Amino acid sequence: MRAAVIIFPGSNRERDVCAALARACGQEPLRVWHRDAVLPPNDLIVLPGGFAYGDYLRCGAIAAHSPIMREVRDHAEKGTPVLGICNGFQILTEAGLLPGALLPNRSLSFTCRDVHLRVENNQTVFTCGYEAGQTIQVPVAHHDGNYNADPETLDRLEARGLVAFRYCGPNGESSEETNFNGSARAIAGIFNDTRTVLGLMPHPENATDPLLGGTDGQAFFGGLVGALQ
Amino acid sequence: MSRGSNVTPALAIEHGLTEEEFERAVAILGRTPNLTELGIFSVMWSEHCSYKSSKIWLQTLPTAGPRVICGPGENAGVVDIGDGDAVVFKIESHNHPSFIEPYQGAATGVGGILRDVFTMGARPIAILNSLRFGSPDHPRTRHLVSGVVSGIGGYGNCVGVPTVGGECEFHSSYDGNILVNAMCVGLARADRIFYSAATGPGNLVVYVGAKTGRDGIHGATMASAEFGGDAGEKRPTVQVGDPFTEKLLIEACLELMQEDAIVAVQDMGAAGLTSSSVEMAGRGGLGIELDLDRVPVRESGMSPYEIMLSESQERMLMVLRSGSEAEARRVFEKWELDFAVIGRVTDSGRLVLRMNGNVAAEIPVGPLVGEAPVYRRPWIRPDPEPEIDPASLLDRDPLECLQRLLAAPVLGSRRWIWEQYDHLVMGNTVKRPGGDAAVVRVAPSGKALALATDCTPRYCRADPMRGGAQAVAESWRNLTAVGAAPLAITDNMNFGNPERPEIMGQFIGAIDGMRKACLALDYPVVSGNVSLYNETSGRAILPTPVIGGVGLIADARAATDLALKRDGNAVIVIGDTAGHLGASLYLREIEGREEGPPPPVDVAAERRNGDFVRAMIRGGHVAACHDLSDGGLLVGVAEMAMAGMHGVRLDPFPVELPVHAYLFGEDQARYLVETSDPHALLKAASAAGVPARVIGLVGGPSLTLPGAGAISVDALRVTNEAWLPRYMAQS
Repeated sequence: MRAAVIIFPGSNRERDVCAALARACGQEPLRVWHRDAVLPPNDLIVLPGGFAYGDYLRCGAIAAHSPIMREVRDHAEKGTPVLGICNGFQILTEAGLLPGALLPNRSLSFTCRDVHLRVENNQTVFTCGYEAGQTIQVPVAHHDGNYNADPETLDRLEARGLVAFRYCGPNGESSEETNFNGSARAIAGIFNDTRTVLGLMPHPENATDPLLGGTDGQAFFGGLVGALQ
Repeated sequence: MSRGSNVTPALAIEHGLTEEEFERAVAILGRTPNLTELGIFSVMWSEHCSYKSSKIWLQTLPTAGPRVICGPGENAGVVDIGDGDAVVFKIESHNHPSFIEPYQGAATGVGGILRDVFTMGARPIAILNSLRFGSPDHPRTRHLVSGVVSGIGGYGNCVGVPTVGGECEFHSSYDGNILVNAMCVGLARADRIFYSAATGPGNLVVYVGAKTGRDGIHGATMASAEFGGDAGEKRPTVQVGDPFTEKLLIEACLELMQEDAIVAVQDMGAAGLTSSSVEMAGRGGLGIELDLDRVPVRESGMSPYEIMLSESQERMLMVLRSGSEAEARRVFEKWELDFAVIGRVTDSGRLVLRMNGNVAAEIPVGPLVGEAPVYRRPWIRPDPEPEIDPASLLDRDPLECLQRLLAAPVLGSRRWIWEQYDHLVMGNTVKRPGGDAAVVRVAPSGKALALATDCTPRYCRADPMRGGAQAVAESWRNLTAVGAAPLAITDNMNFGNPERPEIMGQFIGAIDGMRKACLALDYPVVSGNVSLYNETSGRAILPTPVIGGVGLIADARAATDLALKRDGNAVIVIGDTAGHLGASLYLREIEGREEGPPPPVDVAAERRNGDFVRAMIRGGHVAACHDLSDGGLLVGVAEMAMAGMHGVRLDPFPVELPVHAYLFGEDQARYLVETSDPHALLKAASAAGVPARVIGLVGGPSLTLPGAGAISVDALRVTNEAWLPRYMAQS
């Protein structure tokens, strides 16, 4: 399984996701510079966390128009799985590959902490390492992770099983408190219609090493690598 | 150069020079300086850049050690951590700008300290901070906390370096002068360290990074004077940060440092292009010629004075090896950063600036650096505070006192702060904020670094020498408590106006205490920063010598933390408990008295007890460990209980001490450890001559005191977490 990780000049979690992927599949991902015009052959495209071009305008807004994103879009349309984490999720919504938008957190502050997520649909390459309805613990680290979309879009996401993860408490129940950033319907991650594109705000890549405080992200990458190999 | 300078002594005094210093500048030049030259003298001879009041005392600190690769004097200190790796670190203040404009002041403080570290060839891997704010009741405090915290986060989060630790305190002495000290820790190959001394006359001087604007002009001079009532008018001296450009600068510099292109490199921090060029030339014993027309500028019409004194951020100066220009240009253009050859190294020993075909300034570098003023300012030793007799204090309900302490601003949880910092990015954070020290893995070796910042200003006020020693000892203990071997420190000396003998006495006392503790603990000072004039309208801050400590853990998996792990384990106190309440939190928060001498620091006991605890952790005999400091034993137990969500049943108290002295005394050289085999640990302690005593048993949901009731750990945690978020939510 060969993953291509897109590096924007302000990406900063590319090391984290490369380490998680390498641990899961035994092969270092390809690192693709944002100004490259062509993507090398790959089985998975990853847009990592960070602040792509500084994000002074709107998170992901400039990155969505970078040359490499044309390639990402072409590959996505042909069915190559695309994973956008945090800033990657923001870029995917700005690029129109996923619906909705990520607004500033309800607290208007950057928040870095462990949260619980409920796996809403495990019938995808990204989530097949989990049980449906399973609760996992992974960290978040973002300022703009408050997912929002119009009610029709939200209804459609729900009806078609396109909600990937929802913020919840340790026992899987969602409340206003567990939905810490104020996301619509506590949505933490969504799929596109073909479930080959996933955007999520939390960082499963930062929960893959027992030494670093959690391993619930291992099944994410293990499942993904297993499905694509 | 125009000969008819209209610079007068009065203008020199406006620039912060004394009359005598101005005369010295005139003597060095053999003529009256022009305005640009005056600007250069004034910033180079400012307290901030010249250390003129502190230098002779700083030189008394121990700076050498078997692992020290580079001590003070360069951009950051460098210490060998084995396997060809080196840790590079420094702490620096951004106090004055942060008070005037908290977001940008704090953000650019982080940016500046990051540059100090990657300038040496190190990739930054962790940021810490040490913050002091005024009383929570002061009308500006909330605004300052909010701005500083979001500024630190805004910069560090974007750059992608985890902010893993720090400290934050509130005290009315900081009402008009907050402290924002930022520390950065980086990793380099021990044989690939970059220094700042220019070499090779004819080599090109290159400017890289962001463009130069009119921001921050005279920031260093501002940081060298006390505030009057008009601090707000100094806003134009504050710089504006751009973390995205910094991120590019880090990547570009580290990429170029892989090649053999760079002879010397210096970041443009305080006093910008002036101090970077003068320091590079000065350290190399050479001259530098700069063509200011080639400096990338944000706006047209900037004068030589403005270009030389601008403190625009995210800029670096490099001397390139001859023939390396094309390679360097390629790297910086890849990262879309400005790259301009602006001058060359000369053997003239002079700084020569040209603009529009004219010589804008010409100063001999040797005297500018070597004849900078140095002062042995008058000082007085503060009177010792009378001892506090614990028996003279009222008996109180200890659990009620504990709750008051844990709910108070001084001990309330800092979660609200550190959750705004990305403390996980880079994927190496082994121990997160909230413990005695952060632990960051050095991948792929499996080693780890332990990092902490410490100072107890109330001790330093009551007895500067003890306070200075205690700050070093507590730093050493905090690293030991996670299982690390302390390596070295960086210090940030925050004090008031050194021209007042009592302030100078505080400074000298603190240095003396630090020196003794550093020597006894083999804990040298490898870098640091001095921030004086932290004073408003004649009212100084508490003396605050912040210690940034770095320790090494051979195997990251062996690192421990303060969270209690298992019911049935024993809790043991290591070290002697004498019940010292002078200058304690108990006395201040419960009795409302800021008096008494701080606890004595017995460096031999620190060493013995700490070495024992570290050996026990390494041997796998310790489930949890916590340094005992602010608030004493009961607060320590409660913090371990809250971190692990396990209760503790305390044993009957020793009869020889009043209960409040036993539970809240702040005796030094103590640790709490949790162990499953208390007999083995006590036996080992006895063999090592280390005082150790079982004080209770882990178990149940509550903290239970013999004959004095119980309180649920859950309730304690709610109390402890409540204050800061509630305070910050008020408008």
